[in-house]
Amino acid sequence: MTENDEFVPGIEIEQLQLLERLCNACAVSGDEREVRTIVLEQVRPAADEVKVDALGNVLATRHGQGENRLRVMLAAHMDEVGFMLTNDEEDGIFRFDTVGGLDARQLAGKAVLVGKDHVPGVIGAKPIHLTTGDELKQTITLDTLRIDLGPGNSGKVKIGDRAVFATQFAHLGPSIRAKALDNRLGVASLIELVKHAPVNIDLLAAFTVQEEVGLRGAHVAAYALNPDVAIVLDSTPANDLPPYDAGEQGSENTRYNTRLGAGPAIYVADRSTLSDPRLIRHFVQTAEESGIPYQLRQPGGGGTDAGAIHKQREGIPSLSVSVPGRYAHSAAGLARLEDWQNTLKLVYAALTGLYSEILSVER
Amino acid sequence: MIEILPFLKEIISAPGLSGHETPVRKIIAQAWKPLTDELRTSRLGSLYGLRRANRRTDKPAPSLLYAAHMDAIGLMVTEILEGQLRVTDIGGIDARVLPGQSVTVHGREDLPGIVVQPPPHLLPVENRDRPVPLEHLFVDTGYLPVDVERLVRVGDLVSFAQPPIEMDGGILAGHSLDNRASVAAVTACLQELVGRELAWDVWAVATSQEEETLGGALTSAFELRPSLAVAIDVTFGSSPGSPGHQTYPVGKGITLGWGPNIHPALHQAFKDLADRLEIPYKVDVMPRMSGTDAMGLQIAAEGIPTMVISIPLRYMHTPVEMVSMKDIQRAGRLLAEFAAQLDGTFLEKLVWEE
Repeated sequence: MTENDEFVPGIEIEQLQLLERLCNACAVSGDEREVRTIVLEQVRPAADEVKVDALGNVLATRHGQGENRLRVMLAAHMDEVGFMLTNDEEDGIFRFDTVGGLDARQLAGKAVLVGKDHVPGVIGAKPIHLTTGDELKQTITLDTLRIDLGPGNSGKVKIGDRAVFATQFAHLGPSIRAKALDNRLGVASLIELVKHAPVNIDLLAAFTVQEEVGLRGAHVAAYALNPDVAIVLDSTPANDLPPYDAGEQGSENTRYNTRLGAGPAIYVADRSTLSDPRLIRHFVQTAEESGIPYQLRQPGGGGTDAGAIHKQREGIPSLSVSVPGRYAHSAAGLARLEDWQNTLKLVYAALTGLYSEILSVER
Repeated sequence: MIEILPFLKEIISAPGLSGHETPVRKIIAQAWKPLTDELRTSRLGSLYGLRRANRRTDKPAPSLLYAAHMDAIGLMVTEILEGQLRVTDIGGIDARVLPGQSVTVHGREDLPGIVVQPPPHLLPVENRDRPVPLEHLFVDTGYLPVDVERLVRVGDLVSFAQPPIEMDGGILAGHSLDNRASVAAVTACLQELVGRELAWDVWAVATSQEEETLGGALTSAFELRPSLAVAIDVTFGSSPGSPGHQTYPVGKGITLGWGPNIHPALHQAFKDLADRLEIPYKVDVMPRMSGTDAMGLQIAAEGIPTMVISIPLRYMHTPVEMVSMKDIQRAGRLLAEFAAQLDGTFLEKLVWEE
């Protein structure tokens, strides 16, 4: 392993292959086993303590050296949005429900993987030839969609099994395409930080469960770890496409949330958290001093594990830093490698400069 | 010996949108080469494979044409906007199945991409919480705008990139099974005819442009002037949301078309043969038109007695179409046995009832 003072965070083939494994793994909220297995395999050799808690969070600790070390919680959720089979209609056809925020308009015509054995299935749609013009204007609603495992299906899956989009990881020029980039980017980053923990802090890593259905893992992890501050690593939407009427007379996209290629997104405020200003200042200052590109996520909706963490116990100063990604919660997300690398760089640099003095000023 | 499942997986993985069939045609030609006596490409891009009659008679052999269209549906680039591609469809596609689809953009090089639904605030008010029409979807290649401008042009083709999905019980799902499943059936037929005695010439034709113009079928039938023609295509498989009376169960047999595109005596001949061979079938009622190459074949030159044989397929014109390999083998066998039993008197029996 690289010595800490020699460590330069970077995305090489090893990190990419790990991200690919993490994205292709299936871990719908409540069943994070596949990602947890990879996380445990990766962090066990590096961490001083590793435990799996009652909800399935992986809590890994690396102790630093020196006096007055800050106890820094770093959280990344392992779970992804997906589906659960709810009714067996026979002949390989299953009714299903969604787990986490999925747009019904993103589901028809996609391949899925079902259950532990990744049994392949599809979400079909009525042939266009049998569809009326009026129907084409209506959303294909969840109650009419089915997961179809084929008429030859031999009963390998059952009600209660989870399913995910079957999209496999791919490189698209300077970008990557995968399902569950939200939040395997965060998980891969956090694994890297556990392997190369800055020595000036006690690093308390929480690979959390059930973020997509209510931040449940983060809620108990923050209680158990009892940190001084918390940094949440996630992926946030880059809504940076041109508007439908773009052009000289057209409108401008002023609500892009974040932009691809503009670097890590630092949160000021989202639906559930008002980030700690001391941490915002520290991260912004670190980025500017180190020449790492960054962007401030447009304040507004959305949320991360910080929503649960910052209100735990007597309150925990928290900040979220995200890799921008397009098309989250769909069959295929898209992120830029450069943004991931810069996020890792920024978080690492900020942690190496993080000391207990930061809390000596009042919020 | 060609294994039909790997062959079908290979041809559904190859590009070949209507009017641009070359990549898939090359693979089919390779498979047909050892199975045919003559192989050539037509002016409109259809592939002709001839299995010559080998039973001695004093008259020239009549010919039979089996047409399976090889072209696929897909998208075409219409505009490049800030590095995002606007597209239109080739063949009919319900835009509601597109958001999130993996695709390949055939630019100066092949670029993987995604069909994407822009966030609500970037759409017209009426589309924000309703299906987004194709004109407002984009294809995102992940490249920087400057590289997209260099690599992609208006008119470039975009193919679906959903890999083939093998399911239990000999079921295959994926894109372009309409109508490469039928190309596989014709290939299975050619294979069954190897070493068999034939009184008729058999033209196996992988037609071009069915999804857009029927140009392949029409010109192929004109050029080859068969005495009989059969379009092999897919039909609507029973599936959730599809009306039961217009659909046929997948894996339970093929369908025999019936309607004005079809010569009734030819229909009857196939039906009798299927009964004799105990090949399960249903009658596929096509009251006005068949929506297949038969529409072109039937009206070529002075007109040709035509038949339609179909393979039931779920989710037609989506990237997750689904067929049964068993049905493909059944279609191949019926086609082979039909060709093999044709003799010098068959055309005399093909009469209109008085």
